[in-house]
Amino acid sequence: MRLLTGNVLETGDVVWWDGTGWSRHLHDAADVGADGEALLAATLAAERINDAALVDAAPTADGPRPRTMRERVRGAGPSVRRDLGVQADV
Amino acid sequence: MYSYDAYDQAIVDARVDEFRDQVARRLANEITEDQFKPLRLMNGLYLQLHAYMLRIAIPYGTLSAKQMRMLAYVARRYDRGYGHFTTRQNIQYNWIKLAEAPDLMADLATAEMHAIQTSGNCIRNISSDQFAGAAADEVADPRPYAELLRQWSSFHPEFSYLPRKFKIAVIASDTDRAAIQLHDIGLQLVRGPGGNLGFRVYVGGGMGRTPMIGHVVRDFIPVGQYLSYCEAILRVYNRYGRRDNIYKARIKILVHELGAVEFTRQVEAEWAEMEPLGLDAPAAEYDRIRAQFAEPDYDLAASDGIDRGDPDFALWLDQNVHPHKQPGYAIATISLKPVGGIPGDATAEQMDLIADLADRYAFGEIRVTHSQNLVLAHVRKADLYSLWAALAEADLATPNLDLVTDIIACPGLDYCALANARSIPVAQQIAERFASLDRQHDIGELKIKVSGCINACGHHHAGHIGILGVDRKGEEAYQLSLGGSGAEDASLAKILGPGFSEAGVVDAVEKVIEAYRTVRTGPDERFLDTYRRVGDAPFKAAVYG
Repeated sequence: MRLLTGNVLETGDVVWWDGTGWSRHLHDAADVGADGEALLAATLAAERINDAALVDAAPTADGPRPRTMRERVRGAGPSVRRDLGVQADV
Repeated sequence: MYSYDAYDQAIVDARVDEFRDQVARRLANEITEDQFKPLRLMNGLYLQLHAYMLRIAIPYGTLSAKQMRMLAYVARRYDRGYGHFTTRQNIQYNWIKLAEAPDLMADLATAEMHAIQTSGNCIRNISSDQFAGAAADEVADPRPYAELLRQWSSFHPEFSYLPRKFKIAVIASDTDRAAIQLHDIGLQLVRGPGGNLGFRVYVGGGMGRTPMIGHVVRDFIPVGQYLSYCEAILRVYNRYGRRDNIYKARIKILVHELGAVEFTRQVEAEWAEMEPLGLDAPAAEYDRIRAQFAEPDYDLAASDGIDRGDPDFALWLDQNVHPHKQPGYAIATISLKPVGGIPGDATAEQMDLIADLADRYAFGEIRVTHSQNLVLAHVRKADLYSLWAALAEADLATPNLDLVTDIIACPGLDYCALANARSIPVAQQIAERFASLDRQHDIGELKIKVSGCINACGHHHAGHIGILGVDRKGEEAYQLSLGGSGAEDASLAKILGPGFSEAGVVDAVEKVIEAYRTVRTGPDERFLDTYRRVGDAPFKAAVYG
């Protein structure tokens, strides 16, 4: 599956496209499939989400699992500070 | 310490106003991110993995207690209650909101601080010896010269768009505590003919993708002419440094490709043209700055005696305290490397405490080291025990300076958008593996440095043991190098062999260290000296069989 992600302009918060809007939680992320490029282009054009990108992920029982450690860390928060980032809210 | 004059303050205040306007226009979508990004980077504001990261300059690593309290305030008000001291003597905050950044910078300006030129292809924060002005072995305090460099390089119109970033370090003793040979320009203050002060000038050092040791391009340039000489170096670099390839754009590549002799010839020719123009600062300006680095009001009756009765205190004394040039005083290093902690991190509460202790025991002055520790440079020996006791209560008195657990680590993939692998967990696991102080002292001086990518912010090329995190098909892996040094005996670490997993690299480090203990001539032979004597064969055998 492919996910659309980026950082909110005002806060820098990591967000994931959930099919209708942006969610802070990776487990809400939708498979953008063949629509990915069009969604990415629209996101870039709107100029409200920075560093927008499509990332590969695998579906799991706990939700999407990004292929790279980089995106997994973005989705959770620093592995050395479990009290910070989205992981702290879950 | 240097205090801003009206010009300094006006410059910084004006920059805050300008940035506030730029942020407002970006938030209103009046400018695009492509237009805005270079503007925010000029103010030290990066977008990292989780949020914006702000890098605040700490010129030549010197802070007042008031400034440290401001950093604590920033941690509480704008971030998540902590900051990260870096290998360039700066501090970084990892959870900044763009909309709040102008207010943050306005607050910083009230304490004579800013984030200008902490990013971008310009002259970055000038770094120096953390013992400057206190070291028993220095020829003079290098900080007035570093401050003049700061003023010269701030908003220098000719050098705002260099081919690549540019880093300068200044020291004043033969012991190099600032890794000057691994900087674009390294300046060592020395006594020349007739006892006059001048600088030995190194150019073309650096780490990153293509690590190189700097070359001496001048054995002696009088202090009255070092600014114009630096300007000549920058001019040659600005003119001929490559702009077509980011990986070949640093001055070290130019020096390498031209050869040190030809590069030096071009600098000397440029300087010969410039020198008669009188571009150096007038003597009155040197004097104005030097006057602000006057000696502290030492207690001339301070005792040289120290009660070593408490064995834990004695351990700290032996490891973290250095001789001071003034009788009755000492230099105390505050370790930001508690076993299992994050190298370089300090909480707002710790920052406030250190500011209080600096006011009480060290003339209100604090230093940041490139090894991510802090220093109180002027402490009466009679106060050391009280200082140690207060630090110990806040987990700031780990007696591990330059030992195996005093590890440099960049933020790595836990925070940094450029990283390929995490650095901090590796540092933590090594520190936990070697937590025993007896074991650390038996091993002796051993500098482990961990970088999460080839950019080498964790100085792995200069590690006695260097660890580089790499990406192997989406998974983290680690490459081990041995034999590096950022000190006066500078050398570049050499890759030992194939890489390891996260768990594997910690085991490999332990095998290397055990091999060292087996082949060293005795406890007095440092790891680095053993490596230089025997080469990498015994270490390869220990790690790879």
